[in-house]
Amino acid sequence: MNATATTTGNLGPEVRMKSRKPKPKDRLILAAIGYTALTILALFCIFPFLLVISSSLTEESKIIENGFQLIPTSFSTEAYQILFKYPTEMLKAYGITITVTALGTLLGLFLTSMTSYVLARKDFKWRNKFSFFFFFTTLFSGGLVPWYLLIVNYLQLKDTLIVLILPMLMNVFYIIVMKSFMSSIPEAIIESAKIDGAGDFQIYVRFILPLSKPALATIGLFIALAYWNDWYNALLFISNSDLMPLQYYLYRLLGNMDGMRKAMMASGAVVNINLPTESLKMAMTIVATGPILLAYPFIQRYFVQGLTIGAVKG
Amino acid sequence: MRGHGFWSDVKKYRTLLLMLVPGVLFFLLFAYIPMAGIVLAFKQFNYSGGIFGSPWNGMDNFRFFFESGDAWRVTRNTALYNIAFIVVNNLLQIFAAILLFEVAGKWFRKITQTVMFLPYFISWVVVGAIAYNLFNYDVGTINVLLNKIGMESIDIYNTAAYWPVILVLVSAWKALGYGTIMYLAAITSIDTEMYEAAEIDGANIFQRIRKITIPNLMPTIIILVLLAIGNIFRGDFGMFYNMVGNNGLLFSSTDVIDTFVFRSLITSNEIGMSAAAGFYQSVLGFATIMLANYAVRKYDKDHALF
Repeated sequence: MNATATTTGNLGPEVRMKSRKPKPKDRLILAAIGYTALTILALFCIFPFLLVISSSLTEESKIIENGFQLIPTSFSTEAYQILFKYPTEMLKAYGITITVTALGTLLGLFLTSMTSYVLARKDFKWRNKFSFFFFFTTLFSGGLVPWYLLIVNYLQLKDTLIVLILPMLMNVFYIIVMKSFMSSIPEAIIESAKIDGAGDFQIYVRFILPLSKPALATIGLFIALAYWNDWYNALLFISNSDLMPLQYYLYRLLGNMDGMRKAMMASGAVVNINLPTESLKMAMTIVATGPILLAYPFIQRYFVQGLTIGAVKG
Repeated sequence: MRGHGFWSDVKKYRTLLLMLVPGVLFFLLFAYIPMAGIVLAFKQFNYSGGIFGSPWNGMDNFRFFFESGDAWRVTRNTALYNIAFIVVNNLLQIFAAILLFEVAGKWFRKITQTVMFLPYFISWVVVGAIAYNLFNYDVGTINVLLNKIGMESIDIYNTAAYWPVILVLVSAWKALGYGTIMYLAAITSIDTEMYEAAEIDGANIFQRIRKITIPNLMPTIIILVLLAIGNIFRGDFGMFYNMVGNNGLLFSSTDVIDTFVFRSLITSNEIGMSAAAGFYQSVLGFATIMLANYAVRKYDKDHALF
């Protein structure tokens, strides 16, 4: 119906004449605005990524001489070579991030879905009271200081792996999205399971979880992304370099190349090595983001799904 | 109907209640107990006394926070930035969503939407690295370009005046895909019969957008904007901290309540004042969110938060 020149590009002119009625002027104007504006916006979004990739692949001396550029003036993989030649610190950070992401996602998804299931059970008398108990925490909070002191002074979790997982385990937004998904599962399923003698927990494991796969995938990916990208908890609670997750490692490296030098010396690099500082920062940025960029095309649609479920009842 | 009230209900729902225990404990521990820690705002904190054993000092923490002038500066910055973000981000997102809906090429639509959503997925640390690439004085891309057209380099990291523009652009960049998808979902759910009727009536496409798409989008716009206004006193710590860091030269135009609270706690160790600033933010935030929710309720009861 509203096909444009791009979709019929490979048809001969006579076929095109027959198969399409002439395009009204207003549609042509809109198409022109649409394609132009969206192309500009898309370039605006992708440009910084290209810049970082290109910078990471540029010879250091050229960066010092000419600065960062969109197209590498002289191609070099030196920065990546150095990163992978002395990978101990980087791999350690990767290990922490993968461990935290895996444990946090599994545990978080289990707790979120179990909580949401109870709140979605329409025959549960106190569901509104408990929903409010969770929801209220998004309206009012004690602020950073008491939360920080609780974790550091009372729970004594500074410099532990637990502190990278525990504080982010549950999130009210995820509970709301999951609950609204589970509420749409027909009640008859629960009723008939009850008649068959299934207990409340069994209903959750055997019926609700399998039926909630799309929501579990979406929320699971949201949780995983949050853990992968987390640097805040490390900024507050981690000073031991053996426990630094990837993003925080990158953060430290951006601000302090000397730390990088020391780390490399510790892992066996030559002492007076001349590090390609600028390209190395960019290469490390790519290495820290790499898995997300690679997975992105495949996981993107689950996030779109999650946003549109969430948008119904924010 | 045997049993009597509460305890028989507890028995009836025991499995469900047990299943709620981990979640309830989690929020008790990390949300409700810290709320009690608000008393710190009225105390002279010392580590031996802890939260409850430290001596009271009345309103001293608040007096210090307000008399230093910090309170006004960070409150103003937080609110102004959030207002700018709300206006710019929503306008761009609505614009992009309408165009994405109207533009025909399926592949073009898919690719642009995918590309626009990409910034949402990266951490603020990586955004900080990108900013370094763009804004660095010696090797930054912006200065490279300025030099190419014969202009002097500009010292972005030492000039407070540039940052409001930069931060608005960064926020727009990161949120564009996310918001566009929300608005696109709302446009897609508009009844197609209305469009067909408009076409029969001979409306051109711009009239159709103005008379059908935008009015039908209005409820979504109003609700998203009101909810964002409810959060107007909450600064995005990740963004401000990774873009600006602890660069004091920029604080006049970039310091928000969240970065101020963080610095007072971690860098200058003024725990009581930091708690006071946090408490002030919580109260302001609570009041605005209640007001915003009241407004949403008036407008459309179904979309109110509570």
